Amino acid sequence: MDGLFVFINQLINGLQVGSIYALVALGYTMVYGIVKLINFAHGDFIMVGAYLALFSVPMLLGAGLPAILVIVLVIVMSVIGCSLLGMATERIAYKPLRGSPSLSVLITAIAVSLFLENLFMILFSSASKPFPAIISANPISIGKIQTNAVTIITIALSIVCMIGLQLFVKKTRMGKAMRAVSEDAGAAMLMGCNSNVTISMTFAIGSGLAAVAAVMYCSAYPLVNPYMGSMLGLKAFIAAVLGGIGIIPGAMLGGFVIGLVESLTKAYISSYLADAVVFGILIVVLLVKPTGILGKNVGEKV
Amino acid sequence: MKKLLAVTLAAALAAGFVGCGGSGTTSGTTSNAASGSADAGETIKVGSLAPLTGSVSVYGITTVNGIKMAVDEINANGGVMGRQIELLTEDEKGEVQDAVNGYNKLISDGMVFLIGDVTSKPCDAVAKIAAGDGTPMLTPTGTAPSITQNGDNIFRTCFLDPFQGQIMAQFAAEKLGAKKVAVMANSSDDYSDGIAKSFVAKAQELGLEVVGDERYGADDTDFKTQLTKINAAGPDVIMFPDYYEKVALITNQARQIGFTGQMLGGDGWDGVLTSLGENASVVDNCYFSCHYFIGDTNEQVANFVNGYRSLYSEDPTAFSALGYDSVYIMKAAMEKAGSTDKAAVLEALRATDYTGVTGHMTFDENGDPIKSVAVLRLENGATVLDTMMTADGAEDSAPVASESASSAAAASEAAASSEAASSAAA
Amino acid sequence: MASKRGKTYFSYLVNLVCVVLLFIVLTALMKAGVINTYWAGVIMLIMINIILATSLNLTTGVLGQIALGHAGFMSVGAYAAALFSMKIAEAAKLVENGAPTAAGFGTFLASLVVAGIVAAVFGLIVGIPALRLKGDYLAIITLGFGEIIRVIIENVKFTGGAQGLSGIPKLSNFNTVYWVTALTIAVLFAFGRSRHGRAIIAIREDDIASEASGIPNTYYKVLAFTISAFFAGVAGAVYAQQMQVLGAKTFNFMRSIDILVIVVLGGLGSLTGSIIAAVGLTVLPEALRGFSEYRMLIYSVALIIVMIFKPSGLLGTREFSMSAFLRWLRHPQIKRKKAAAERGSGK
Repeated sequence: MDGLFVFINQLINGLQVGSIYALVALGYTMVYGIVKLINFAHGDFIMVGAYLALFSVPMLLGAGLPAILVIVLVIVMSVIGCSLLGMATERIAYKPLRGSPSLSVLITAIAVSLFLENLFMILFSSASKPFPAIISANPISIGKIQTNAVTIITIALSIVCMIGLQLFVKKTRMGKAMRAVSEDAGAAMLMGCNSNVTISMTFAIGSGLAAVAAVMYCSAYPLVNPYMGSMLGLKAFIAAVLGGIGIIPGAMLGGFVIGLVESLTKAYISSYLADAVVFGILIVVLLVKPTGILGKNVGEKV
Repeated sequence: MKKLLAVTLAAALAAGFVGCGGSGTTSGTTSNAASGSADAGETIKVGSLAPLTGSVSVYGITTVNGIKMAVDEINANGGVMGRQIELLTEDEKGEVQDAVNGYNKLISDGMVFLIGDVTSKPCDAVAKIAAGDGTPMLTPTGTAPSITQNGDNIFRTCFLDPFQGQIMAQFAAEKLGAKKVAVMANSSDDYSDGIAKSFVAKAQELGLEVVGDERYGADDTDFKTQLTKINAAGPDVIMFPDYYEKVALITNQARQIGFTGQMLGGDGWDGVLTSLGENASVVDNCYFSCHYFIGDTNEQVANFVNGYRSLYSEDPTAFSALGYDSVYIMKAAMEKAGSTDKAAVLEALRATDYTGVTGHMTFDENGDPIKSVAVLRLENGATVLDTMMTADGAEDSAPVASESASSAAAASEAAASSEAASSAAA
Repeated sequence: MASKRGKTYFSYLVNLVCVVLLFIVLTALMKAGVINTYWAGVIMLIMINIILATSLNLTTGVLGQIALGHAGFMSVGAYAAALFSMKIAEAAKLVENGAPTAAGFGTFLASLVVAGIVAAVFGLIVGIPALRLKGDYLAIITLGFGEIIRVIIENVKFTGGAQGLSGIPKLSNFNTVYWVTALTIAVLFAFGRSRHGRAIIAIREDDIASEASGIPNTYYKVLAFTISAFFAGVAGAVYAQQMQVLGAKTFNFMRSIDILVIVVLGGLGSLTGSIIAAVGLTVLPEALRGFSEYRMLIYSVALIIVMIFKPSGLLGTREFSMSAFLRWLRHPQIKRKKAAAERGSGK
């Protein structure tokens, strides 16, 4: 019987990691879906969001606001900061490269990532800073099963974000413009859709999602340092590819699959080889269905 | 226009290379000439090599801070044999190839003594070259056993990985009365992995049951799965041999998944209270082995800690203390040798008998230190000295201090029992 | 026809003379102490990076596929060579007074071949399934394979696990590695100009058209990928026997990125571009040592600027040719004609 409870707890552990991956993957998939750019700097936007949150918490707590308002304001402030950063990055580094070979854009994205990491290292040193516990991570026990508030909020938030994004992309004018631009930027332009504004908007939303992820990530793992985003970004990107990159529910699914696979591998196969198993599953899925779990197979036009 | 810009940029870069290449070579030749003659009026060029950028830079910077502080102190007090020390610092990013380049750069800049490297793998690579050219090398923090075996000009200030693992296993069995132990380590870090392996081996030798032996990746931040698995096996104590930033995450999560037993660690734990911030209570009643005790009332330690705090406005770590001591060990050796001549300095270094911030130490025939280890206890957000343990790092069967400890250990134990618990975090 | 062949032989001769001259100049400078140990060490790294970049250029530049797992093949080669030469070192004396003996020289050459073959086998195993994918997906899958190789090396016994390997005989030295690098470049150059190379370029330009005109796409893709892996293994072998210690952490995905950056900066498909970029990007961080903490910042900004103003890399797909350069020196009017032609095509 104990084994069963351990198993359930391991599933919950997997869901928590998975929900963070899902939240980050949403941002990746959003940008990739519209601009077809692997934004390697996305992980570093998370890092920037984390620093913004880190500095805004004491400010807001100092103002004597109630806890729930602090959480909301922290998220809002980092979302605004990250969105501006995302738009600025797009304008300065990515826009001049529109139409260039995808490799040059990839390299630029990597360079932006290096730039942000090193800039923050110079500004705030490489030492990790503890993140204040604005959302309690203390265990909530139901019998022998344990979880915590951060996990529940993260899962809820990622589902809300996913549904919100899906509605935004499918139902609003801006969403329609985004889909049009991703389909054929030139034709969209001829139809009177301002592709520059649309792409800026995409980056703003994607980076905003990174900020939301940053606050949740830091609540679960309360250390902030300039390198925190790189591995998280990579794993989340893999989640996005696994679910079908460019497809919003796919990012969500991919995130949870990676989280669960990681957790169950560590628990029941080998904690030594967990990363190898995760990458192995990615490879198998890509070979069987290259467009990801939820991806549509598109025939190639000749 | 674009083309013009690109061309000018390329030209500027190229000019940069040529310029730097030129200056590098000329300075190399002149300093080679200078280091040949030990002119009394000249500065003594001491090299330090550490990761100052990159993901392990936090440990490199804190070490170099300790080294710089000692060098400034010595220079302010008249230097070594009347000569000032000139500290040359090179960054190695935590990478083997950058460490090797950095070392070669230091040599061409005329370094006569190396204090470094900080992390084990790059340190080993550098030691191999240093063994070839005979430059005296003293690593403050490189813990892998193979480092000092490269040559008899390689020494270290810290104790070795296996030693800490053995001490803590012994401590768990004899002092904490543990029956079931578990360990969780970083699978891509030789320091962490080395301590974990020796801990497991010693625990088994002592008849303890090892109920968990798990690993995680270098960039992981979630450890709940492994911890849940270990916790289900019901260990009395868990050993987490890693550096403080990882440890802060791990110990926090261990409590979150409901582990209530004691947690142990190695010298990498020093600094964990700062990383935990307001969560410091999660490590209450946990123990780790360390080189020194930050709240020691000993004048030397107190001076070091206060001086460091006023210089860098943060607490020193064990890394800083080791860096600091390494400089003074070098100074003592040079003064004893009466010159900076390699052979004479090495001769003096071998005969080191030094008492510093990290305690009393001598070198064994490998160049590894024979010193006592402090086992520290964390309680109420502060570090307290629990036990001084002495053992010969090379020998498994060495007696570990309990009641019948050596005089130094007994004295420190007295200090501990009087609970001169000064706060580390405050 | 005859004159064309004559021209080709002439340009080969010019290149050979240049390579020999460069070797003599470098050796002389080292002997004279103008190039000190530090810069000699940097030159070794430059040569390792040249082998890595030119070999990745075959996959990424000539074949046009993004591969992010080059460090994986490098690590396989490094470990294979290290284990091989450590085994031999138990039986024979390979190093004497810091320099390799005759036996050491032989072992070194053999270890390069062993490393290359082992890496090529891995390349084959990875390439056959992975090359069914294209573009970003191929990038991800090769990244995945690279990481799997690293995790496995970290966790098996014979590679030393997390402790890595220590005590690898130092068999790499300038003389040998220089000629290994030159040979690598020559082989890759000849391969690119051969029938096979042209077939691979055809796949890059339009894979459907090339398949339709009878080129076995899969065969050539896997061939290019395997050759690329072979030379990555050779570079790994040189690296291992230069550094004398190995840890799997060295070969993480950031190293693959570093190599890719060299190739893209040099110009996709341009072998000489890769060489120039390898020299530049190895020297740049060293030249910026004085700025220590700012050097990665400068590096990243420089990279962004170059990508924005010259997205096709320094040389694009062109090659820098010594004989063409000589011709240009003798007949400056070619320059004017060329410039006019360029202006014409640019419009």
